[in-house]
Amino acid sequence: MDLSFSPEDEAFRAEVRAFIAECSPKLQQSLGWPEAEVTSREDYLAWHKLLYRKGWVAPHWPKEYGGAGWSVTRRHIFDEECAAAEMPSLLPFGLMMLGPLLMAFGSEAQKKRFLPRILSGEDWWCQGYSEPGAGSDLASLRTRAVAEGGQFTVDGQKTWTTLAQFADWIFCLVRTDPAAKPQEGISFLLIDLKTPGIAVKPITLIDGTQEVNEVFFDNVKVPTENLVGEINKGWTYAKYLLIHERNTLASVARQRAALKRLKELAAREPAGDDAFRRKLAEVEIDLMALEMTELRALAAEAHGAAAGPESSILKIRGTEMQQLLSELALEAAGWYGFVDARALGGNRKPGPDFALGAAAQYFNLRKASIYGGSNEIQRNIIAKAVLGL
Amino acid sequence: MNLSFTEEQTLLRNSVARYLADNYGFQARRKFVRSPEGRDPAHWRAFAELGLLAAAIPEEHGGYGGGAIESMIVMEEFGRALVIEPYVSSAIVAGGLIVRNAATALQEEWLPRIMAGEAIVATAFAEPDGRDDPAKVSTTARKQGAGYVLDGRKTAVAGAPWADAILVSARGPRDGVSLFLVDGNASGVTAGDYPTVDGGRASDISFERAEVPGGRLIGETGAALPLILRAWDEAIAAHCAEAVGAMSALLDQTVAYAKTRRQFGQPIGKFQALQHRMADMFVALEEARSMTLLAALKLGTPESARTAAAAKVAVGKAARFVGQQAIQIHGGMGMTDELAAAHYFKRLTMFGALFGSADRHLARFAAL
Repeated sequence: MDLSFSPEDEAFRAEVRAFIAECSPKLQQSLGWPEAEVTSREDYLAWHKLLYRKGWVAPHWPKEYGGAGWSVTRRHIFDEECAAAEMPSLLPFGLMMLGPLLMAFGSEAQKKRFLPRILSGEDWWCQGYSEPGAGSDLASLRTRAVAEGGQFTVDGQKTWTTLAQFADWIFCLVRTDPAAKPQEGISFLLIDLKTPGIAVKPITLIDGTQEVNEVFFDNVKVPTENLVGEINKGWTYAKYLLIHERNTLASVARQRAALKRLKELAAREPAGDDAFRRKLAEVEIDLMALEMTELRALAAEAHGAAAGPESSILKIRGTEMQQLLSELALEAAGWYGFVDARALGGNRKPGPDFALGAAAQYFNLRKASIYGGSNEIQRNIIAKAVLGL
Repeated sequence: MNLSFTEEQTLLRNSVARYLADNYGFQARRKFVRSPEGRDPAHWRAFAELGLLAAAIPEEHGGYGGGAIESMIVMEEFGRALVIEPYVSSAIVAGGLIVRNAATALQEEWLPRIMAGEAIVATAFAEPDGRDDPAKVSTTARKQGAGYVLDGRKTAVAGAPWADAILVSARGPRDGVSLFLVDGNASGVTAGDYPTVDGGRASDISFERAEVPGGRLIGETGAALPLILRAWDEAIAAHCAEAVGAMSALLDQTVAYAKTRRQFGQPIGKFQALQHRMADMFVALEEARSMTLLAALKLGTPESARTAAAAKVAVGKAARFVGQQAIQIHGGMGMTDELAAAHYFKRLTMFGALFGSADRHLARFAAL
């Protein structure tokens, strides 16, 4: 066993670092990143497009589909470097979710049509899973799709749809057989958001952002060719996708960057008293444990093991750590963390830079233990699939 | 990057596990820990025959040339079976210090005996006033002729009643700490033996004008503290692996109990409150396993001390949590001496105090 990287992998790391160094001033200039809030579609896609031109936007996709085809180790190095430089996160819906799902279950025509446009960023996808009555109990979803005359007619409502206001397409779980058992009557449909009968209505969240939306379907016609895989098999595909999603949630490297900022702060600011430093030390140790757990999962994956129910550990602990770090950042910010930067607008900044937006970030990250299969659902998965309870 | 066990390492694990399953069952263990001797010497001989006492000793000294990963494997299996023998002090700490720091004559005299199981070495670093700080040494060493004279008192010397020799830290004869290998029956050495709650035995040892021959010095006089600290980190990594083994056995037992114990007309393992608690125990165990592996892989590197300290904190937290929850889920039965669960809990509780408390290691981590 050893934790070191080969000289080839280290050379690769240097190449990634050089590319990031070349891109990051461009992004800083055009986006005001990392301070300014990203609000437009173009801004969201700026880093995506730079990576696309380099051929690096989909590290985990095989080369035949236009991905980088990197090894697990290289993907890890790439993620580490992007996180350390605090590069913007890429949207996961096309790259991490739909892309791999289409590769596994889509038709040749679907792959040809959609995969290149996911890579280029031409198509922005969003995920239509949750409904007002179907959250953790996703299989109880009620959005109906009725097949007749070579098309589906979709009626119903999705909710918590992340960034649907910018999206071109939505991949949806819809009920196609109301008589079957809940899990067996669900299909996976690709729906063009420009289709008549669709309304997207943003939801204002606890931190004032409009990150998620309600999406309404009223007599929406969807061609049969947009069905992925077989009819009534959508639940199987969705489960496959949920595992992929969980693997993207630990993002240890990003949390390490956040911790580094806090440690610098603790060394500098009066808030950096002993009790606070002690909490930081505890978080750092927890982060080491999470990182090593992630490395173990990566190493197993590199040896061909499929992502298993153990990925629930990464979801639970990764999101807990994210939340804890945002809590400590808020604690460090003190009073100025509570300035409502969004309502204030403009360039006036009461209090120090690091404090501004600390509360908003803390409030926003409460979502992490709720989305992607709530942490309670993850514990159910461990209890059932790992412990056999 | 490679985190797979080699074929040899898997064989090692299997052979230790098989021996313990066949010979070190809970009922057999219960008998010998309560015997006057407190152990069954056949096990130590078997560990020697299996090569475990030589696993981490380099080949040029007649060992198998294994390293931290081999020690981790052995200790994890020992933890699963609640092995009470002083493997860490004799095979890992004393073995390591003698290999790295002793003169050739001492190596030639002691290493073969340690590996053959003919000699057990206990380690005496802690003192009544020092709490768990290895740097706080008030036992003194004076030069006398070609040898040394030790005066002072050591506490919590695990396995000492069975030991043939004791590694003792002492201040002097020059500034700083020196390290000596002292015969257990040397004149001036008096041991007060006592049992510990995990079924082990330990001693407090006084040295009154105890004479130690010059050849029993390990390392330079006054320069032993860094050597001891390095051995500490190895001991911590090994005990972390032991805790992981114990937690994993205890979680298995708890899950099995929850599947069979029925209340309100169903197995208690069907209740979500308990399912989630056991899921959290699993998460804690896996994170402890990760930290243990990390500590083992970093031994001997510049990050060694920092990772060992972190692992002691993280594994200690997990050990406390898993132990407490296991007793709670076992209910009244968890409170009885009859079930193994209570014994795992006792050992896991002791882990917190071995080689430095969590508080001490957290402070050390933050300072490094």
